[in-house]
Amino acid sequence: MNWYRFRQTIKLGAKSLWMHRLRSTLTALGIIFGVCSVIAMLAIGEGASQEAQDQIARLGSRNIIIKTIKPPEEERPDAQGSQMKEHGLTYADAEQFKHTIPDIQVVVPQRRLMQEAWYLNRKIAIEVIGTIPWYTEIAPVDLYQGRFLNSADLNYRQKVCIIDEEIFNKLFLFDDPLGADIKISGDFYRVIGVASKLESAAENGGSEADSSGQISGVAGNVYIPLTTAKQRFGEINLQIGTSGQNVEKVELQQITVQVKKTEQVLPTVEILNNLLSRSHKKKDYQIVVPLELLRQAAQTKKIFSIVLGSIAAISLLVGGIGIMNIMLATVSERTREIGIRRALGAKRRDIIFQFLSETVMLTMAGGLLGIVLGSLIPFLVTYWAHMPTVVTGSSLILSFGISATIGITFGLYPAYRAAHMDPIESLRHE
Amino acid sequence: MAIVEIEKLSKNYQMGRLNVAALRDVNLTFEKGQYIAIMGPSGSGKSTLLNLLGCLDRPSGGCYRLGNDDVAKMEDDELSKIRGQRIGFIFQSYNLIAQLNVVENIEVPMYYQGVSARKSSERAKELAELVGLGDRIDHRPSELSGGQQQRVAIARALANDPLILLADEPTGNLDTQSGGEILHLLDDLNNQGKTLIVVTHDAQVAKRAELVIHLLDGTVERIEHNGKGN
Repeated sequence: MNWYRFRQTIKLGAKSLWMHRLRSTLTALGIIFGVCSVIAMLAIGEGASQEAQDQIARLGSRNIIIKTIKPPEEERPDAQGSQMKEHGLTYADAEQFKHTIPDIQVVVPQRRLMQEAWYLNRKIAIEVIGTIPWYTEIAPVDLYQGRFLNSADLNYRQKVCIIDEEIFNKLFLFDDPLGADIKISGDFYRVIGVASKLESAAENGGSEADSSGQISGVAGNVYIPLTTAKQRFGEINLQIGTSGQNVEKVELQQITVQVKKTEQVLPTVEILNNLLSRSHKKKDYQIVVPLELLRQAAQTKKIFSIVLGSIAAISLLVGGIGIMNIMLATVSERTREIGIRRALGAKRRDIIFQFLSETVMLTMAGGLLGIVLGSLIPFLVTYWAHMPTVVTGSSLILSFGISATIGITFGLYPAYRAAHMDPIESLRHE
Repeated sequence: MAIVEIEKLSKNYQMGRLNVAALRDVNLTFEKGQYIAIMGPSGSGKSTLLNLLGCLDRPSGGCYRLGNDDVAKMEDDELSKIRGQRIGFIFQSYNLIAQLNVVENIEVPMYYQGVSARKSSERAKELAELVGLGDRIDHRPSELSGGQQQRVAIARALANDPLILLADEPTGNLDTQSGGEILHLLDDLNNQGKTLIVVTHDAQVAKRAELVIHLLDGTVERIEHNGKGN
């Protein structure tokens, strides 16, 4: 097959595809949608898993997060009575962790409170995190300006704070935040640093549970010294609801511990569980292990990709069957032409090549169009549904490869059938 | 010089359990430049002989030499090549390819022999001119009359300058006038030295041939020699 013959065959195939424009288009649609869905599905899957992994990675793979949760209530308290219920993690717990588990490198207790922050006449919902200077060990704090908390802040219960970029953007607009005072719950706090966004409130589902949920849509985090938080906000949370007053006392909303090596994470979790179950009668804590989540996320991603990929592959397969169907119809429609060509000197492989080239052209065109559409759809998904998507080069190559393979596979049989028809019979065919 | 030599050629068909002999021990020899007509009632083996002569089918026994090559036992690919190079087919129903125009139709046999685009297009135009369709080279078959379509088919049959032209009832679908024109064209080609084998049951057509072979029940009943010239 020389270049000239090749070109002629392509020309001939293109011509006959063009003659049946509607049929070719409809046939190619199967492949277009197939390729499109493979790419889009993989992009959505990849995006979702990357986001999940990013979130988890931000929590730290050597970290163990212990959160205060509301214990399950055994009985309804007297409807009208006001009673104080104490639950959750305590300073004693944090001390105990530090002193009894040698693998633990750092223990970071945190108070987390939903509050409103004011600057001038601007108001914003925030989550106050009262913590200690070693917080930077468990979460990478990228400071844009200023500094993080230090021991002096802690010791002298300084009213200082570090705000994250979300708050900076919404509260300060163009003003210089350093040295400015923001008002939180009646007190003024001096801004000493601006950090990148570390964790969104949504990720910290646990801390919302004990904050009575009065503020939703938290814009960002404000970090203050733990001692200041204890002094200014107290540990008692008063809720007035339909069933009367409900007073809760919670010392710490969260304790994050970090072990020295990732291998120590799981044994440490076990020890923590033992310690906590002894000192806490009610199950008012929850242990979150980012490492485990990371592993689960990787596993989930794999399953997710396989499921999405196979759904999309099925649609490609359906497209391929459509192509085969049409090509078989084309072959029987052109039986006479095949007979004529055979009588005029066409070899079997000439006929095979002629029909195969049509199928391959059809699938290639469908595949390319599918790639174009398939790379656009994830953008639309991100734009409209705010879902992260990642179009990987390998998914493009994969789907194009699959469509080309399908074109050849499903084109081979019709082409083979065309080539092996008896020329005498074909010439008699009406 | 013998162009076609057939010895003890036979063809059997399996029809259910029955083995039907369509041709039995046919011996024929055609010289270069001869005008041969093959006649016979239906079922006499005309079509079978035509298919064998045209290398569309392989005989069950015997020997068929076309231009010194025994084609009886050739493989499919070789037969395709022989068909393309040595045989020019003219069919009763023209058998042009509907989506190709006149020139493209004439180019088809050259395409399968790997003739370059420029050469085959030049030759196709020449041949279209030769059969009197020089002004219609870009017409589709559907835009041509039956006689014109048969002219295109004749031009196509000549494309690779074959050893023999095989015509199967070339005027069967045509009215008397255009049929006459086609016969005239065939006469001209024969006069120019082309070997012509025409299968027909029309005595008027057969009259033009110098050799008329009458088939009956798969054997050659008799061979009639007409004086050369009309």
